Amino acid sequence: MNFGDIFVPALMVFILCYGLVKKVDIVNVFCEGATENLKIAVGLIPMLILLMTAVGMFTSSGAADIIAKLLRPVTTFLGFPEECIPLAIVRPISGSGALACLETILSSVSPDSYSGRVASVLMGSTETTFYTIAVYFSAIKQKAYPSVFAAACLSDLMGFVFSALAVRLFFS
Amino acid sequence: MLCGFLKGDMTAVSAASLEGCNKAVELVIYLSGSMCLWGGLMKICEKAGITAVIARMLSPVTRLLFRDAAHCPEVMNAVTMNLTANLLGLGNAATPSGIATVKAMQKLPPTARKKCISMLVVLNTASIQLIPSTIAAMRLEHGAVSPFDVTPAIIFSSLISVTAGCLMVYALNLRKDERHEFR
Repeated sequence: MNFGDIFVPALMVFILCYGLVKKVDIVNVFCEGATENLKIAVGLIPMLILLMTAVGMFTSSGAADIIAKLLRPVTTFLGFPEECIPLAIVRPISGSGALACLETILSSVSPDSYSGRVASVLMGSTETTFYTIAVYFSAIKQKAYPSVFAAACLSDLMGFVFSALAVRLFFS
Repeated sequence: MLCGFLKGDMTAVSAASLEGCNKAVELVIYLSGSMCLWGGLMKICEKAGITAVIARMLSPVTRLLFRDAAHCPEVMNAVTMNLTANLLGLGNAATPSGIATVKAMQKLPPTARKKCISMLVVLNTASIQLIPSTIAAMRLEHGAVSPFDVTPAIIFSSLISVTAGCLMVYALNLRKDERHEFR
């Protein structure tokens, strides 16, 4: 029995019960939220088509292998699986690109394998850093502080390294 | 493309280009199920006030991280809402609340403003998520035995990367403060 196995169903039941107690119109509110997200999912399609095609061409052309080979000394030292390198490169730049990368990785290796798990953790623990910085600083119409880039990049790097470590820690 | 051309492997590349677009549609159809489920559940959370409860629980943390803005309730409220949205994986709700937060922070004095905005951006770029529903859906699609089993590892790794980012913000700002004092 795993922590995640109990946590998720319990959380669902808790949310529904809490909603009932607070007299929320569960069915309608649920549908409202679901419709919102369905719209987002549909909106994702065009961008994903473009990006998944690009990622597919990138990996099958061997360009990913070349980059992976160049980075091999560093990654073997950290125990970072080679399959996840394209994901680590794309993750800070584009969210849907990273989604496409993760999809490619999970279809080539088992999601319960070491690389499959590292890819999942990597995806979950980092964000589209450059996109986020761009959105926030354009919202206040100001140039981004260089220190923000430094801090965010360090945070991403730690995310990459520790996703591999965390998988070894929790699944060994 | 260039690589495939050089290696004489264009057939694989052209096949991949066609395969990619089909896969994209399949992926979205697959994901929309779980996206809708969680979207619905989170909407219930919002309406039932669970989001507000979590926001209240988070306030000591935000008070510590955004010390320079602690006197400004407008900023603090926006920050807690933004963090809560991030924690619950409400990606689409997190961005608007984040934007509202930076706008509120603009009214702070320059040094405080810089520190707070840096901290906010780092917290948002590190994504601490309690329920990685999209990832779990993708893992399930590819036959994972227990799709949510990566959750503790994700939280652990996020916490470390966030801590590193926050320390970096402190370190960089500290150095600048000192320079001001010496002048």
